[in-house]
Amino acid sequence: MGVTSILFWSLSALALISAIMVLATKNPVHSVLWLIVVFFAISGHYILLNAQFLAIVNLIVYAGAIMVLFLFVIMLMNLNTATEPKKNLWMKLAGIISGGSLFLILISVVRSSVDMSQKSALVKDGNIGLIDTLGKVLFNEYTIPFEISSILFLSAMVGAVVIGKKN
Amino acid sequence: MIRRDLNGMTLLAFDWIFLIEKLVLIAVIITASLVIAMYETYAERKVAAWMQDRRGPNRAGPFGLLQPLADGGKLFFKEEIIPNSANKWLFILGPSLAMLTAMMTCAVVPWGSSLHLFGRVIDLQVADINIGILYVFGVVSMGVYGIMIGGWASNNKFSLLAALRGASQVISYELAMGISLIALLMMTGSLSMKTIVEQQIANPHWWNIIYQPLGFLIFFTCAMAECNRAPFDLPEAESELNMGYHQEYSSMKLGFYLFAEYINMFISSAIMATLYFGGYDIPFVNEASLAPNTAAILGVLSLLTKIFIFIFVFMWIRWTLPRFRYDQLMDLGWKKLIPLALANMLITAVVILLKNH
Repeated sequence: MGVTSILFWSLSALALISAIMVLATKNPVHSVLWLIVVFFAISGHYILLNAQFLAIVNLIVYAGAIMVLFLFVIMLMNLNTATEPKKNLWMKLAGIISGGSLFLILISVVRSSVDMSQKSALVKDGNIGLIDTLGKVLFNEYTIPFEISSILFLSAMVGAVVIGKKN
Repeated sequence: MIRRDLNGMTLLAFDWIFLIEKLVLIAVIITASLVIAMYETYAERKVAAWMQDRRGPNRAGPFGLLQPLADGGKLFFKEEIIPNSANKWLFILGPSLAMLTAMMTCAVVPWGSSLHLFGRVIDLQVADINIGILYVFGVVSMGVYGIMIGGWASNNKFSLLAALRGASQVISYELAMGISLIALLMMTGSLSMKTIVEQQIANPHWWNIIYQPLGFLIFFTCAMAECNRAPFDLPEAESELNMGYHQEYSSMKLGFYLFAEYINMFISSAIMATLYFGGYDIPFVNEASLAPNTAAILGVLSLLTKIFIFIFVFMWIRWTLPRFRYDQLMDLGWKKLIPLALANMLITAVVILLKNH
C-alpha cells in the first residue's frame, strides 16, 4: 500500500460513510453537513488525480455556495421530527424499486463502457485537470457549447429575477 | 518523495527532513499569526483610544502590553456554558470551524523568498500550489459555516438572524471580490501567489496597484465585509441583535469567534499586500544585489510592515465610519460593487487585447 492508495481508500470510505449518513440522520441540518463532507471527500479524489482546479471549484461552488443556500432554506423552514410527514409503506417500496433500478443502470453503464475498462487513472501527474489546460480546451475545442451554457445560466438568472419581482 | 523498492511496491518513505522543515514552518506561521492576532486586539483598543482622545489599556504591564494575555487568561478561566436546548455537537463545531478556516488560509501566502540554511533551500511558503488564490477563496467560503452553524446551534432567534445576515453578507461580497480578482488574474496569467509576487518584483513591472487601482478598492471593501469589520459588522450589531451570532457562547468558545475575526483581518491584509502591493518585495531595493538570506529576512519584514499598515487602516475605518443599514449593505454589494467590478474586468480585458495586437 502506497500513500496514494491509502489516501484513495480512506477518502472512498469517508465519501461512502458520509453519503450514508446523509440519508440516515433524522435532522435535515445534519444531512446537509454530511453532504458537505461528501463533497470534501470527492474533492480529495480530484486532488489525487491532480485536477486541482476541479477540486477547488467543486468546493467553492457546491460546498461553499449551493450548500449554504440549502442550509439557509432548511434553517428557516425550522424542520423537526414532529413536522416530518409520515410516508406510507407503498411509497417506501416504490422508492426502493425505482432507486434500485437506477443504481442497476448506472452500474451496467460503467461496466459496459469499453473505453473505461482497460484504462487506469493518471495519479499525481498529468496536467489535464490544471487550469491552463482546461481553459485552452474550453475556449478552443468547445467554445460554442461553453458559450451556450453560459447563456443558459444567464437566462436562468433573469428568470429568477423576474419571478422575484412579480409582486 | 515516494521511493519505490525492487518489488515495485511503494513504501512510506518520505523525505523526512522536508517534512520536518514544513512542520517547523507551519508551527512558526501559526504561532506568529496567533501572537499577531493577540496584539491586534491590543492595537485595536489603543487605536480607538488614540482616535477618541483617551488612554486605552494601560494597567497590565508597561503601556498595558500584557493586556491581551490577561484577556486570554480570563476567557480560558470563565465558566463554559452550553445551553440546554442547543445542539451540543454543532455548538462546539461552530467556533472550531471559524478558527480552523481562519488559520488554514495562511498555507498559500508566500511570506518571503527562500532561506539558505544547512545546505538546503527553504521556501518561506507552506505550499506553492497551482490554484493558490482559488484555495483562499475556497477556505473563505467555508468560513461561512462557522458563523451559520454556531448561530443555528445556539437555538436562539437573535443568533439565527445574525448568522443568516452574516452568511448572506459574505456570499454577496464574495461575488464582487471574485470579479475584481479576475481582472488582476487576467494580467498576471497565473493563480499561484508566488508567481504573482515574483512578477511584481521583476524589474520593468510595477506593483499591481498601479495597474488595478479600482480593482484594489473593490477588493479592499469586500475584504472588510468578509471579515465582518465595521462598517460591515451587521452580524454583530449589538443594538439590534443583542450581541450577534455568538450571543450564547461563553468562555474560550466566544474567544475563538472573536479571535478568528482578528486572524482573518491579518490574513486578508497579507493577501492584499501580496496581490496588489508586491508581497515581500522591498520598495526601491534590488533584492538580487543582497545576500539571499538577508534579502529573505528583509522581505519578510517588508511584508509584515505592509500588513501592519493595512491592519491600521482597517482599524482607522472601524473607528471613523458608522455601521451600514442592512439594505444599504446589500445595495452597495449588489448594485454598486458588482457592476463596478464587471466594468473594471471588461476594461482590463479590452486593454490587454489591444496591447497584444
